[in-house]
Amino acid sequence: MKHFHTLLILSLVILFGCNSDSDDTISSVNVTMAFSHYWEDMQVTNSDFNTLNYTNDKGNLLSIERLRYLISDIEFTKTNGETILLEGYNLVDVTNQTNLSFTPYQKILTGTYSNVSFVFGFVNEKNIDGAYNDLNAVSWNVPLMLGGGYHYMQLDGKFLNSNNESQGYNYHAIRAADNPGPNPTFPQDTFFRVNLGAITIAADTEISVAMHIEEWFKNPYSWDLNVYNQMLMPNSEAQILMYQNGQNVFSIDRIN
Amino acid sequence: MTFKRFSFLVTVFALGTASCNNESAESYINTPTPSPLQIPKLFQDLILDPVIPSNNPQTEEGISLGKKLFFDPILSANNTLACASCHKTPNAFTDDTRFSDGIDGLFGNRNSMPLFNLAWNYDNKFFWDGRDFGLANQVFEPITNPIEMHSTWEAVTDKLQKHPEYPELFNAAFGTRTIDSVLVSKAIAQFERTLISANSKFDKFLLGNATLTPEEANGFNIFMDESKGDCFHCHGSDNNPLWTDNKFHNNGLDTTFSDLGLGNVTGDPADNGKFKTPSLRNLAFTAPYMHDGRFETIEDVINHYSEGLQNSETIDPLMKKVDQRGVQLSSQEKADLKAFLLSLSDPDFIKNPDFSNL
Repeated sequence: MKHFHTLLILSLVILFGCNSDSDDTISSVNVTMAFSHYWEDMQVTNSDFNTLNYTNDKGNLLSIERLRYLISDIEFTKTNGETILLEGYNLVDVTNQTNLSFTPYQKILTGTYSNVSFVFGFVNEKNIDGAYNDLNAVSWNVPLMLGGGYHYMQLDGKFLNSNNESQGYNYHAIRAADNPGPNPTFPQDTFFRVNLGAITIAADTEISVAMHIEEWFKNPYSWDLNVYNQMLMPNSEAQILMYQNGQNVFSIDRIN
Repeated sequence: MTFKRFSFLVTVFALGTASCNNESAESYINTPTPSPLQIPKLFQDLILDPVIPSNNPQTEEGISLGKKLFFDPILSANNTLACASCHKTPNAFTDDTRFSDGIDGLFGNRNSMPLFNLAWNYDNKFFWDGRDFGLANQVFEPITNPIEMHSTWEAVTDKLQKHPEYPELFNAAFGTRTIDSVLVSKAIAQFERTLISANSKFDKFLLGNATLTPEEANGFNIFMDESKGDCFHCHGSDNNPLWTDNKFHNNGLDTTFSDLGLGNVTGDPADNGKFKTPSLRNLAFTAPYMHDGRFETIEDVINHYSEGLQNSETIDPLMKKVDQRGVQLSSQEKADLKAFLLSLSDPDFIKNPDFSNL
C-alpha cells in the first residue's frame, strides 16, 4: 500500500508536469458558429413550419416545411492578409433542430481578424460525389447526371399559386449544371463564401449567424413561386438566381 | 527515487491490475461470444455505422436465442402465432397479405413491415408511424397486442421459464436463467439486426460485378431525374444502399385520412397522413405495398406516383405535379423504372439459411 501511495503521488506530479507543458497552446480557443433563422424580424424555428404565414417579396404567401443547408470551410483572415482555414462541414437541419451550432475540431489563436467567413455549400473541389458517409446517410446527394456531389440547401414548403391553390415548392440549391447526363457542364459556380466581417477573438467564442430566409426570395431577383417552384435542380437559370439572392442572406447576429 | 525503483513500482502495480482483471474474468460463468455485425462493403464505404445499443451487444448466443424466439409461436397466447408468421422469410420478412391474421382471427389496418437492415435506422423510430424508439422496444408491442399475439408478458415469461431449453439459452446469452420481457426483446432485436440485405443485382453493379440492362439503366435515370421520377429525395440513391430515408412523408395516397399515421403519435395535425418511407429493396418479395397494403403490384405503385396523387393539406411538397395527379411517366418509362426497382431485390437474402427456421 505504501508503494501504491508513492506511485500515485508520482503519477500526479507527472500529470501536472504534462499540463504545464501545454501552456504554449493556451491562446488557442474554440470558435462555434450558431445558426438562427429569421423571416424579416421574426425568428423561425420548426414550430413555425407547416403554415402559410410568410409573404415573399413577390407577394406569394408561403409556408416552410423543411429547411436544411450545408456550410463548410470556416476561414479567418488575419490583418496581414494571411488566412486560416478550419476544415470541416456542417449540415444545419432546422426541421429536426440538429446541428444548429458547429464547432470545428481545429482551434484558432486569439487575436484580431479582419474577416471571418464560411462557404455556403461546398467548394467544387470538396463537392465529391459520395465522399461523405454522414451526408450519404441522410440522402443529401445530388444525382450524378447533374454532376453529383451534394445539395447546398433544401428549402421545401407550399405556397398559394395564382389559382389560389396550395402548391409545393422545392427551393433546392446545388451546383448549377447544364446538359444533364453522363457529361454535364457547369455554367458558373453557385457555392459562395459568406463574409461576416472583422472579429476579435479573446477566448472561446460563439458567433451567432442569422439566416434571413426572406432574402432567398428578394434581392436582386424578386422570386415568383408561380414561375420557379419545383424541379429546379436541373434548371441552371434558377440555380444562378438562388446564388445571386443568397449573397445577402447571412449576417452576424451577435458574438459571445 | 531512482528510475529503477520507479520501474519496480510500475511493474508491481501493473501485475496487480492484471491479476485483478483475471479474477473478475474468471468470475463470469457464462461469457457470451461477441458476434459483431458483418457490415457489407457498400454500407461500410458509403454510410454510417449501424446503431447497436451499448446495453445489448451482438453475441452468438443472443442471436441464436433471438432466432429461436422469432420463429417460436410460444410467444402468442395460444401458441399458434410467431413473429415469423407475419414476417415471413420468403417475403423479406413481411406478410404476403394486406393485413395479418391475429390469433383471434382479427386483422389490423397496417401492412406488416419488411425486416432488413434495421440496424441502419439511425433515428431508431420503428413501425409505419414511428411510435416506438429502439428495435428492442418495438418487440414489446406485438406480443401483447390484442389483434396480434394477444398474450401477456407474465404468461410468456412463465411459459419460457418452464420450457426445457429456454432458461439455459437465456443463461448462455445473458448470464441469467431468470427470464423477463427485456431479455426476450433484446434477444429478438439481436437476431433482427443480423437480417442484412446487400446482395442485389444493383449492389453487384455498384461493386463492378454485374451489368445493368438498358432498361434497368434507364429506369435508374428516371429514378434519379427530378423532372421524371424524382424518387431519390425520399428513397436515396446509389450513394445510400438503404434505399430509404427512414423519414415520414405523406406521399399523396388520400385526400382525407382514416389512419393519421405519424399524426396519431405526435398529435400534430401537420403530421397527419405521414408514414415511414419503406426501403425499395426486395420489392420482388414484399407485395402488397404501402402502409395499408393497398397496392398489389409494383405497377400500381408507379401508376400512383405517375397519375394517382391525391392532394391534401399535409402532402409532402416533394410530390411533383400534384395538379396533374403525378409526374406523368410514359409506358416505357414505367416499364424501365420497374426493371430498375426489381434490380434492388436480393434473392440471396430470402434464401439465407441463417434467416430460416428450416
